[in-house]
Amino acid sequence: MKRIYSVLVENRAGVLSKVSGLFSRRNFNIDSLVVGETNDKSVSCMTIVSTGDERTIEQIEKQLNKKIDVIKVKTFKESMSINRELMLIKVKYNKDNRRDIMENCEIMNAQIVDMSKNMMIIQICDTSERIELFIEMLKSVSIVEIARTGTVALTKCKEM
Amino acid sequence: MIGAEAIVKCLEKEKTDVIFGYSGVAIDPFWNKMLDSDIKRVLIRTEQNAAHCASGYARISGKVGVCAVTSGPGATNLITGIATAYADSIPLVAITGQVNSDMIGSDVFQEADITGAVESFVKYSYLVRDVNDIPRIFKEAFFIASTGRKGPVLIDIPYDIQLSELTTKFSYPESISMRTYKPTVNGNMAQIKKVIKEVEKAKRPIICAGGGVHLSGAVEELRKFAELNNVPVVSTMMGIGVMPTDHPLYFGMVGNNGQSYANRAMNESDLLLMVGARVADRAVNRPDLITENKVMVHIDVDPAEIGKNVGPTIPLVGDIKHIFHDFLEMDDHADDHREWVKLLEKYKKENASQKIESKDGYLDPKDFICKLSECMKDDAIYVADVGQNQMWSCECSKVRDGRFLTSGGMGTMGYSIPAAMGAKIAAPNKQVVAVIGDGAFQMSMMELATMRQYGIPVKIVVMKNGYLGMVREHQHFAYNDNYSMVELSGDPDLSMIAAAYGMDYMKINGDSNVIKDIKAFLKDDNSSLMEVVVDPMALTK
Repeated sequence: MKRIYSVLVENRAGVLSKVSGLFSRRNFNIDSLVVGETNDKSVSCMTIVSTGDERTIEQIEKQLNKKIDVIKVKTFKESMSINRELMLIKVKYNKDNRRDIMENCEIMNAQIVDMSKNMMIIQICDTSERIELFIEMLKSVSIVEIARTGTVALTKCKEM
Repeated sequence: MIGAEAIVKCLEKEKTDVIFGYSGVAIDPFWNKMLDSDIKRVLIRTEQNAAHCASGYARISGKVGVCAVTSGPGATNLITGIATAYADSIPLVAITGQVNSDMIGSDVFQEADITGAVESFVKYSYLVRDVNDIPRIFKEAFFIASTGRKGPVLIDIPYDIQLSELTTKFSYPESISMRTYKPTVNGNMAQIKKVIKEVEKAKRPIICAGGGVHLSGAVEELRKFAELNNVPVVSTMMGIGVMPTDHPLYFGMVGNNGQSYANRAMNESDLLLMVGARVADRAVNRPDLITENKVMVHIDVDPAEIGKNVGPTIPLVGDIKHIFHDFLEMDDHADDHREWVKLLEKYKKENASQKIESKDGYLDPKDFICKLSECMKDDAIYVADVGQNQMWSCECSKVRDGRFLTSGGMGTMGYSIPAAMGAKIAAPNKQVVAVIGDGAFQMSMMELATMRQYGIPVKIVVMKNGYLGMVREHQHFAYNDNYSMVELSGDPDLSMIAAAYGMDYMKINGDSNVIKDIKAFLKDDNSSLMEVVVDPMALTK
C-alpha cells in the first residue's frame, strides 16, 4: 500500500539524515522524500512517499513520531490529498519530431523552458502517474536526462 | 565562565554525584574544571565500561548515569556501551569531547563523527555549536534521557567550545517544555476501564512483566495488583526481580531460554497483560501465535512498541506506575482464579529444573548459582554477564528484595563487572555480586584495577569452563560438535590475576564444601574473586 507522510520537523542541521536514517535502519521503503521550509522558518516540511503493509505503515508513523526533532506527522492515502511532482526532461529533437513533441507538451500541459538547435528542456508539474505517462509519450525521441523532485502533497481542503 | 565550567555547573544542578570516564586532550578542559567540583570522578580502564558503569549506577540509583570520554577513538569505544544502554532503555547522558569547531569535517587527529555514528543507538544527540547553549542542552538531555521510554543521550562538545567564555550569564532552566517531545504519562481512562473489565472476566489471566516495570519504579504497584487479584506473573529476562523468585504467584522467565512452565502459563492464559516488554524474539519466539485464543493487553510507555512485534487486542500507552495506580483504584477483584493458579503450580512442579550431572570434580553450575543466591543478602544485587552463566543465573538465582541486572537486549559480553561497579557506587551498603564466564571476564578484567583504585568492593564469580560456552552449546546442537572459535585454551591463572590486583581469591570445584566456601567468599565487604570449575560440556537446557 502506498502512503504519504507529511512530516513537520525542526529546521535544524542533521534532521534530514536522522529521518532518512530511520527508514534505512528499520527496513522501510522510501519511494520519494522532499524537504522544504514552511511559512514558519523554524519548521521544515518533509513529504515522504512509502509503500508497505498495514503494520509497516503504522510503525513508520510511530517511529517518526518518536524522533525528537519531529513536530507532527500526518499520514494519508493519495486520494485524500493533492499530489504534485516537478520534472525537467532534456530531449534531443530534429525537424521531423519537433512538432510531435510540442503537441505532446500541449496535451500534457508541459512547457518548453530551454532550447538549443538540437536539444530542449521540458518542464512538467503533475502527479507522478501523469509524469510517468509523459515519459512514456517521449520514449520515441531520445531522452538525454531527467530530474524529478519527488512528490509534495497537501491534504484536500475538504477532508474526506 | 567558560564552557567546561558551565558543563560542571549543569551536572551539579542535575545532582549528578559520580561520572565515569576516560581522559584525552579533547575532553581535558572539562576534567580540569571537574577538579573544583564535589562530583566523584571514576577513571575506568576502557571507554566502553564507562557506559556500563553508568548503566549499573542508573539502574540501582534510579538517576541518570553520566559518562564522559574524549573524541575520536574514545568516543567510538563508547558506542557498544551506549548501544547496550539503548537496547535496555537505561537513562544515560554521555559526554564526548570533539575537535575544534572549525576543524570538524576535515579528518583531523582523533576526529570522529560521533553524533552520526551513534544515531541509531541514542534517544537523541547534540553537537554543541554555541557555548551559550550548554545549559539548555544539558537540561534537555537529562529530561529526554529520564522520561518517557528512557535511554541514552549523547552530547558532543568541541574543544574550543569548552574553552570559550559564555557571553550570556549562566542560568540553568528550572523547567522545560519541548514542542517535539511530550511523552505520555497517564493511561487513557477508557482503555484502563476496558482492561479492568477484562481482568474481571478472565478465567486464566497472567501478567508478563518486562524491564519497563523496573524502569518505571512500578514494582510495588504491580505486586499489589497481582496479589489482590490473585493473578500469576511471569517475566522476561529484564523483568526478573519484579516478583521475588519464591513468590507463590511467580512462575518464572518466559522465552526460549526460559522455563517451559512459564511459556506454558503464558500460552494457556485467556488474558495476557504484557507490561513494559517489547515482545522481542528471545521472549516470544512466535509473536504471531501469542495473541491466539486470548485477549492481549500491551502496556508500554513507548507507543511504537505496541504493534511492532505483535498486534494487541487492547493497547495502553503510558507510564506503568501511573497505570497500575489507576488499576488499583478501580479494581474490585472479582475472581480469585484459584483453579488457574493451582494448574500452574502443577506445571511448575512437573517441570522443575533438572540437575546437571556433575562429574570428575566439576560443580553443577545450576546448583552452585542456587546456593550462591541463597547465601547472598536479601537485598543483594546480582549482576549476570552474558552466555551460559546468564542462562543459569536467570533460571536458578533467587531474587528476594534485591535486584537482578544483566544486558538483556544487546547481550553485551563484559557488562557485569563494570555494571556491578556502578551498582556498588549507587548502593555502597549493598552486597553486589557479578557472575561472569571466563570469556567475558577476559573482556573486562582490566576494571579490577579501577576497583582497586577507588575501593569498589565487588564480588566476582568466574564460571570457568575454558570455552565460550553458550556458542559452544549452539555448535554442539547446530554443527554436530564441530567447534570453531570457541576454545579458550590460553586462559590465565585466575589466582595470579586476583593476586596481581590485590583481591582475595578462592577456587571451588565438585569436591568443595560449596555452602561453606560461598559463605566465606561473601563474608566481608571486600573485593574478591571466586573461580568456579564448571564442566566444559555442561549445557543450559
